[in-house]
Amino acid sequence: MKEILSGNEAIARGAFEAGVKVASAYPGTPSTEILETIVNYREIDASWAPNEKVAVEVAIGASFGGARSIACMKHVGVNVAADPLFTLSYTGVGGGFLLVVADDPEMHSSQNEQDSRNYAKFAKMPMLEPADSQECKDFTRFAFELSEQFDTPVMLRSCTRISHGKSVVALGDPVTGLPAPKLVKNPSKLVMLPGNAKVRHPLVEERIVKLAEYGATAAINRVEMRDAEIGVITAGVSYQYVREVLPNASVLKLGMVYPLPMTLIREFAAKVKTLYVIEELDPFIEEQVKAAGITVIGKDIISRCGELTPGRLRKAFGLPDAAQTAVEKLPGRPPNMCPGCPHRGVFYSLNQLKAYVTGDIGCYTLGFMPPLNAMDTCICMGASISNASGIVRALDPEEQKKVVAVIGDSTFLHTGINSLMEMAYNQAPATVVILDNRITAMTGRQDNPASGWTLSDSQTNAVDLVQLCKAIGIKHVRVADPLNLEQTLEALREEMNRPEPSVIITNRPCVLVKREGVFQKGLVLSVDQDHCTGCKACLKIGCPAIEWQPSSDGKKGKAFIDPMLCNGCDVCRQLCKFNAIGSAK
Amino acid sequence: MSDTVTNILLVGVGGQGILLASEILSEAFMQAGFDVKKSEIHGMSQRGGSVVSHVRYGKEVHSPIVPEGEGDILFGFEIMETYRSLPLLKNGASVVANDLCIQPPSVLLGQETYPTDLPEKIAALFPKFLLVDGQGLAAEAGNVRAANTVLLGAVSKRLDIADECWIKALEKMVPRKALEVNLKAFQLGRSL
Ligand code: SF4
Ligand code: SF4
Repeated sequence: MKEILSGNEAIARGAFEAGVKVASAYPGTPSTEILETIVNYREIDASWAPNEKVAVEVAIGASFGGARSIACMKHVGVNVAADPLFTLSYTGVGGGFLLVVADDPEMHSSQNEQDSRNYAKFAKMPMLEPADSQECKDFTRFAFELSEQFDTPVMLRSCTRISHGKSVVALGDPVTGLPAPKLVKNPSKLVMLPGNAKVRHPLVEERIVKLAEYGATAAINRVEMRDAEIGVITAGVSYQYVREVLPNASVLKLGMVYPLPMTLIREFAAKVKTLYVIEELDPFIEEQVKAAGITVIGKDIISRCGELTPGRLRKAFGLPDAAQTAVEKLPGRPPNMCPGCPHRGVFYSLNQLKAYVTGDIGCYTLGFMPPLNAMDTCICMGASISNASGIVRALDPEEQKKVVAVIGDSTFLHTGINSLMEMAYNQAPATVVILDNRITAMTGRQDNPASGWTLSDSQTNAVDLVQLCKAIGIKHVRVADPLNLEQTLEALREEMNRPEPSVIITNRPCVLVKREGVFQKGLVLSVDQDHCTGCKACLKIGCPAIEWQPSSDGKKGKAFIDPMLCNGCDVCRQLCKFNAIGSAK
Repeated sequence: MSDTVTNILLVGVGGQGILLASEILSEAFMQAGFDVKKSEIHGMSQRGGSVVSHVRYGKEVHSPIVPEGEGDILFGFEIMETYRSLPLLKNGASVVANDLCIQPPSVLLGQETYPTDLPEKIAALFPKFLLVDGQGLAAEAGNVRAANTVLLGAVSKRLDIADECWIKALEKMVPRKALEVNLKAFQLGRSL
């Protein structure tokens, strides 16, 4: 049976075929759809974890119980999950363990572009890198055999083009005859106290040597001899670009990029005239090949920054570029928060109050863009609150009042909660706004511990954020309706003035959440053209439904609401001093 | 089957249903027995930004993205995004675009203007240009929201794939209750 699958769907299929029992993840573009697909295989217990570290620890537990298990995340998630990962490398596994990480070269939707292959080397575990959906499925399946054979956790690295790219996949039958999970005590292997860990470390080093030897003959690494003029060592999506642009080159296609099969690389190098390493981001393969004393060309011709493309590869080899049509400069089209998004009112108010806003990761990061212009920092998940907590320590009391941290519900539960504990503990006088839209919105609306629903769409308990903040030690916790500007402004004004830590929780769901109807269906606002004075006040909210219509006769223009786009949140009406906005008939 | 790979680009604005259209295309190519690869970028808010999706089919496809300047067909869901993407095309490529303008933030705010002469400019650069009244024809088929399927029909006309592959792909990808309208919209587009 053949199907067109995305890399993420194919990884899910591979996990199913491998007999995986437990899967855990935190959503993050471009990795999110792996778990969203796995949940459809009823044989697998699949769930969202509050963050990537927890996801890895859940999967480790299952592995120790003898079940094959998988954890999935995007590249920055590995930073959060790194702690358990490094020790898991020492303990080894029970049932096979796979960590899937999806990198985002070119930062299509990420705050940095990091090369996860470095983690494999750092944590001393093998790293597989598929080049299309078929390999995503096959490598995932194979990873569990490798994991069990070498008693090691395995990593599989995808990238945006592989994860979200689709190609044809031949499906296979799931494995049978896996041992049933059961509890087996083995504390000297699984309790990593110094005495035990010292015994394990040499085994970890030996394992890497054995894996490198294994890689020299394993089918996952293959040599494709063509013309011997040019030889290329490559892996992952870069392999596809090499085949596209240099169809006659000989290729050593690596499926396992760590540890490297140095004997195979030496043999290949001896057979070709000029040797290249073509890889995205870091010179990960190149540096190791050079360290082995082999002459190779790599990052001298290909940038360490951004995605590789066929065009960039062509340029690197001095091949003629396809002629490109020149076009005139156009207005840009950046992403925007949805019409009726509950975050807008908060950012509008923060802008009005001239707050210094420490931001976080989510749809609301877009609050930084004009006309809202209400975000001043953004580092990583959870950092908004601790950044605020730190900056107030450096400021005098008047300046302290301006500092407001904004964070989403999902991000708050991810790592923001730790930061809030710190803030309460050390009594940092900053204001925190938890933008609770009941969902992890930016990655496509995934549930989280505060939403009241699980990945498999069954109802569960929802974290009570108000009680939680109080339990942490925040005395001043209040709820505000972000669609009510006066209320939002008032709440912010009061809490910002308070020389104590405080939390405001906004309470409107993301407009794309179908589950809870927020807006009266069919309610659309419109601008009464006779009353509109052209003051442009409503434009300050930056709603994509509100257009500016310049007038042809030199007079002031007027605002217009596109009825197809308006979600009836009512915020623009509150901005109009001339009562020109009302519900459309 | 020749060795050439055909490169299709679908462009528009986030939230316009570009993903679904590119999936229907890919499905039809697989039904017709081709190797097919497809790639797009999503993430970073659910709406509003420019979106480009790449679909490539042929006997064997390597790169999941269309090499710059090698697009054979541009399938535009919005006029400004269509014009913006012309550098991705090769000389003489076909362009099929919906006659629709969606204003970006800077235009909504009155800071920049949305150029009005884009269809003429596209036609001048790419004579094989078809401007489609997607909404109008979709209304004729029974639902304005089926404009994308009208366009898909118009694009299909420019590809050498048997009718039944398209129908099969639509049947697989379009929700049951919307199928009839979509099949009609597809035929209207195909007759252009
Ligand atoms: S997806 Fe939800 S949270 Fe994100 S911008 Fe749209 S309405 Fe706002
Ligand atoms: S009510 Fe106003 S601000 Fe809200 S979605 Fe409609 S046009 Fe936009």
